[in-house]
Amino acid sequence: MVGKSISLPMHHELVDEDIEEMLKAMNLNSWEELFSDIPKEARKDGIKIEGMDEYSLYRYALELSSKNKDFFKMPNFLGAGVYFHFIPPVVNALVSRSEFYTSYTPYQPEVSQGMLQALFEYQSLIAELTGMDVANSSMYDASTALGEAARMTYRINRKREILVPENLHWEKESVLKNYLVGVGMEIKKYKLNERGMVDLEDIKEKVNENTAAVYAENPNFFGIIDKNVLHLKECIGKAVLIVGVNPISLGVIKPPGEYGADIVIGEGQILGNPISFGGPLLGIFATKKEYIRKMPGRLIGMTRDAERRRAFVMALQTREQHIRRGRATSNICSNEALCALYSTVYMAYLGSDGLRKLALKNMENAKKLMEKLRGIGLNAPHFNAPHFNEFLVDLPGEPHEIAKKLIEKGVHGGLPIREGCYRGIGNAMLLCTTEMHTEADMDKLVNALKEVL
Amino acid sequence: MYHQARYDEPLLFEMKGAKSCKLDINLNPELVRERLDLPNLPEYEVVRHYTRLSQMNYGVDINIYPLGSCTMKYNPKLNEEIARMFMYLHPYQDESTVQGALQIMYELQEMLKEITDMDAFTLQPAAGAHGEYTGMLIARAYHEYKGEGEKRKNVILPDSSHGTNPASAAMAGFNVIELPSNKEGMIDLEALENVVDDTTAAFMITNPNTLGIFEENILEIAKIMHKNGALLYYDGANLNAIMGITSPGKMNFDIVHLNLHKTFSTPHGGGGPGAGPVGVRGELVDFLPVPIVNFDGEKYYLDYNIKHTIGKVRSFYGNFGVLVKAWAYIKRLGGEGLKKAAIKAVVNANYLKERIKNYYEMPYRNLRKHEFVVRPKNVRALDVAKRLLDYGVHAPTIYFPLIVSEALMIEPTETETKENIDEFAEIMIKIAKEAEENPEILKEAPHNAAIRRTDDVLASKKPVLTWKMYREMKERGEVDY
Repeated sequence: MVGKSISLPMHHELVDEDIEEMLKAMNLNSWEELFSDIPKEARKDGIKIEGMDEYSLYRYALELSSKNKDFFKMPNFLGAGVYFHFIPPVVNALVSRSEFYTSYTPYQPEVSQGMLQALFEYQSLIAELTGMDVANSSMYDASTALGEAARMTYRINRKREILVPENLHWEKESVLKNYLVGVGMEIKKYKLNERGMVDLEDIKEKVNENTAAVYAENPNFFGIIDKNVLHLKECIGKAVLIVGVNPISLGVIKPPGEYGADIVIGEGQILGNPISFGGPLLGIFATKKEYIRKMPGRLIGMTRDAERRRAFVMALQTREQHIRRGRATSNICSNEALCALYSTVYMAYLGSDGLRKLALKNMENAKKLMEKLRGIGLNAPHFNAPHFNEFLVDLPGEPHEIAKKLIEKGVHGGLPIREGCYRGIGNAMLLCTTEMHTEADMDKLVNALKEVL
Repeated sequence: MYHQARYDEPLLFEMKGAKSCKLDINLNPELVRERLDLPNLPEYEVVRHYTRLSQMNYGVDINIYPLGSCTMKYNPKLNEEIARMFMYLHPYQDESTVQGALQIMYELQEMLKEITDMDAFTLQPAAGAHGEYTGMLIARAYHEYKGEGEKRKNVILPDSSHGTNPASAAMAGFNVIELPSNKEGMIDLEALENVVDDTTAAFMITNPNTLGIFEENILEIAKIMHKNGALLYYDGANLNAIMGITSPGKMNFDIVHLNLHKTFSTPHGGGGPGAGPVGVRGELVDFLPVPIVNFDGEKYYLDYNIKHTIGKVRSFYGNFGVLVKAWAYIKRLGGEGLKKAAIKAVVNANYLKERIKNYYEMPYRNLRKHEFVVRPKNVRALDVAKRLLDYGVHAPTIYFPLIVSEALMIEPTETETKENIDEFAEIMIKIAKEAEENPEILKEAPHNAAIRRTDDVLASKKPVLTWKMYREMKERGEVDY
């Protein structure tokens, strides 16, 4: 028998007793008999990992976490795709209800109405926020949502080129490329103009009969709120318009549904999910009614039960892998449902007013930091354009070295951008402020910069 | 009998909130959003709304959740608390400020290597299917590197495989060839040899398979693949059955994905998040996504230096919050605990099968691992599933694997005590008797859930997917619910 000193997350002696009793009931002498079909040559002699008791493990985890400098230990001005936002305690309190988080895909809708209704609300909230008809119940993150969106445009028009902005983040580009190998689509880049906005003339030149889709971000990777994106639809003919958004910015910025977007994607972590070292994240995916059957991912629909009462179920499952297998619209199965629940509760708690004020506060804080940086003689923002909550500041030296020096001063800067990484941009840093950054945090950054430059 | 809470809970959008206030937005008017229609509710109304909804939801914390191939084991609370220690960390922070987080990732990579006997792991994939896709991209890149990309266009998989397998292979641009299982529900070696050739990129299998049967010819299967220059891919969905007793490495697999949310007990969250790390052997190490975490003797660092890397499959480094919980689970149990979990899971499944075998049809032979498939005698699997809900237990996976008609696929996991298994068996037996004596009660089930049986066909025929769609359809008189 396996030793009694092992603790499964239950009473270990009970485990051993149970095993003995069940073996006896099956007329077996040893558990080994249940594994007699595993060939000897493929046998493994146990796993060499030491177990730990609950308290020791807790202490060990605390020790490791104390080696990290999180936002509250060291103010941090990173953004670039995921963002520090305060998560109101009400969000964790509700998402931590284990009826939600210990459930799985609602295969039995009659006992899963709670999660199903919450996900229907999520789809509704995202549709409202983006101005689209319908949203799915999550992709893995914004990058994979972009990959899935591009694949969907191939299903729509069977064309094989996607135009993306020249400042698309390299990680997103790499993911996109990996999502396109199967359909053989190619990525082409269009230029940004001198204000860091979409160059409509360049796009007009590059769109042709092979163009499946055009992707634009608003706000874009440099934090710019781009008015040219509002006029993109008129310049791209029949190509599908995919717009990437920061969902909180939609509290103040016109939603893509109002300027002709066919598909909207974005990073849902921003809405109430912990940043958690980059995951789990939440891929937002919304589109128009006419494309519903071409969508990837899970969709929750309203229907009725045998007593004609309102009910919620998984809808249009024939698009999905467990029914359609090799011909499914996507292979996604496990998704980010619980992250969608975080976002749902977060938006429900904020309401229209909360969300709009929050968006404004983000913009104001970015402006405040720009002013302070200008106060020490830095060019902030690099581009003469409206920004949401992040922006480029030009630096007079190697940005990674400056970032290191800032850490020595007890503040974490933004994303270092080395000269030559982006056309026309020298050494710089992409700085982000949200509602979490206090005046004191900003002063700490600005004073540290002043000292190290 | 069970009685789930039953509220006529309105949609969030149907709740009455405060009027919106006017805001001054200092931005080009062309760019400004004019209206946003979310209700403005007090905190306690939001709390009540979602608390009521939670009471209309079934989770592992309520009772047994024997969904086959989903491994719905108990999720220790300690792991949740540990994950919360890492909430406000940014993935682009300087490595010197995230040594603890990197150490956890490194330790997890090392532990997964030890459990599976693979050479290296990426923690990046966000779910099992995402891991499969990553594995397929690696296979593709590997064959291309060998100059055989044009030729090796086929991925073979058994007809009992998970739906994600063919979907992932097809998404990566491969042709999918389904191999019919033999009479015992296993891989037919002869049929396999006939279909494998120099056009084969990979063979994707899970072992034990979805019928809970261990493919005892696994070493011959590996030989056939390798002889033909093809790769053997391990779908780790069923790893829970074999931890510490065998491993994908010992079975000579080349690529493996694990489902941390299954085998290593991270909560399934109503559909996710999961985590689907991918392990590889030999030359394939050079094709992993970037970055992986390494240790130089002093500090942990993100290693982007991978010779033929496929690049990235998602942003950043993976579902870190999930990785932390799996790390905690493995640390807590240790190697002996993991092995014991596998043994208990297999004993539980076999014991449950023995308890109910005279009341249900058993399409395949006896010895099983962590799960098994039965068929009800004179009712549909769906009716048994719905009736189970009335007794306060979750239903097994139904209508899967596809090779068994009216399948009920049952995986009790190691979590359940003998007492719980006995109770579940009694319920299954009672339902089998009801099916004979009073089948109507099954066909009309569930009776005790928050709602009665749902009309799933209507949901797809007349899709109502958002509040906006609902409102429009309601105005046109197209919905009355």
